[in-house]
Amino acid sequence: MKSLKSDQILWEEKVPGGCHWSGLMRRGSALRFTDLQGGANVALMLFNAEDKLERYNMSDTLKAQHTAFFTTGNVCYSDMGRVMASVIGDDVGWHDAMCGLSDAALIERKYGKTHYQEQRNEMYRNAKDGILVEMGKHGLGKRDLMPNLNLFSKVTANEVGELHYQVGHSKAGNSVDIRFDMNVLVVLSTAPHPLDPATKYAPADVLLTAWHAGIAGDDDVCRQHCEQNQRGFINTTRYYAN
Amino acid sequence: MTALIESKLSPDTAILNEVCKAGDPWSGIVKKGQIFRILDLEGNQAVDTLFYNADNPEERYSTSDTVQRQGKVYLTTGSVLYSNEGRAMMTIVADTCGRHDTLGGACSAESNTVRYDLAKRPMHSCRDSFMHAIQNSPCVHDRDMSKRDITANINFFMNVPVSENGALTFADGISGPGKYVEMRAEMDILVLISNCPQLNNPCNGYNPTPVQLLIWNSN
Repeated sequence: MKSLKSDQILWEEKVPGGCHWSGLMRRGSALRFTDLQGGANVALMLFNAEDKLERYNMSDTLKAQHTAFFTTGNVCYSDMGRVMASVIGDDVGWHDAMCGLSDAALIERKYGKTHYQEQRNEMYRNAKDGILVEMGKHGLGKRDLMPNLNLFSKVTANEVGELHYQVGHSKAGNSVDIRFDMNVLVVLSTAPHPLDPATKYAPADVLLTAWHAGIAGDDDVCRQHCEQNQRGFINTTRYYAN
Repeated sequence: MTALIESKLSPDTAILNEVCKAGDPWSGIVKKGQIFRILDLEGNQAVDTLFYNADNPEERYSTSDTVQRQGKVYLTTGSVLYSNEGRAMMTIVADTCGRHDTLGGACSAESNTVRYDLAKRPMHSCRDSFMHAIQNSPCVHDRDMSKRDITANINFFMNVPVSENGALTFADGISGPGKYVEMRAEMDILVLISNCPQLNNPCNGYNPTPVQLLIWNSN
């Protein structure tokens, strides 16, 4: 991954493993997600900050690009046919789009029961509750939760569709750059991926580095990835025309 | 491919037997324990389907909860369709097609502009059928549902293979005239269907056709 110049960087924040975060990322800004210990997972949901009925749509995204996963060149489509965000750099190679969120029952079954009253902030957290807590801060609820992305996790499907989670896929220090092509409300959780077979609860910390990327140019790697993306970027450009 | 499982139920004993015309929406209630069958009358017809808890539509079919819990990306006999609360909504009890899609979602005017051409926006789409049902179908409208509630759907009879290297393709259908899928309701369910009007890819064999919907009481 190319290093960022200090005058490009807007801010940095560490999200500890298992925790949740949300924030507004403006059109032309980017987030670099860095897996600090290896084996991280970032469950990610995206909403148009100005019209939160418009949101990341897994199906429209996958079928437009004929892919079941994300890497450099892929974009996230909203349900309105617009490019919301783009993967402009990636040294992980595969990010999961199919498997959804861990929930409280799954985390308890796999890792055991914890309580705030005893463990305080060392309690085990799950992605679904974390994402819904952050969505609630912006007036969103269960009806607004759609299939999400899982950064850093690789899950493949065999001939009959059986899923296989690849252990050790993301290494300490790996990162992925996501540019925001609209004003996007980003909601995320760093709780474990639902199919992670690890028996110990130890989700990796993730560093968020916000930087100025600028809006997609004509030769942009995501715009040029396929003709569908060229049309998607036209739809996004029209939305901001004035 | 999983073994195909036939049903012993006869249409003569069904308490509901309706045809949903090509490109139309359909909605109805399937009570807990009842059996719901979708029948592909002429073959290769994608049936875009959403399920809601009839008493609380905030609980609805969740593709990611279903895929994650069964550890498998396609649906067939034995598949349990889970809600966003992790509860069983439907169990597939018979299937003469063998594979149904969880990833492809519904077509829309907006996604057609991306997938095919900016000029394809005026074509009829599943999204438009869902929006029409929200405004006009009593069992949907009365539950105060909106676009917020249109989540990722199942495509019965649609073939969207995922390869091991992560490629996703829209292949020719594996369904045929008279093939069906049958499921038992594990709670009272509101069903919302768009009988897909897409003309730009092989999911309907480039010729959308009617489907038949049947419900039986539990025996």
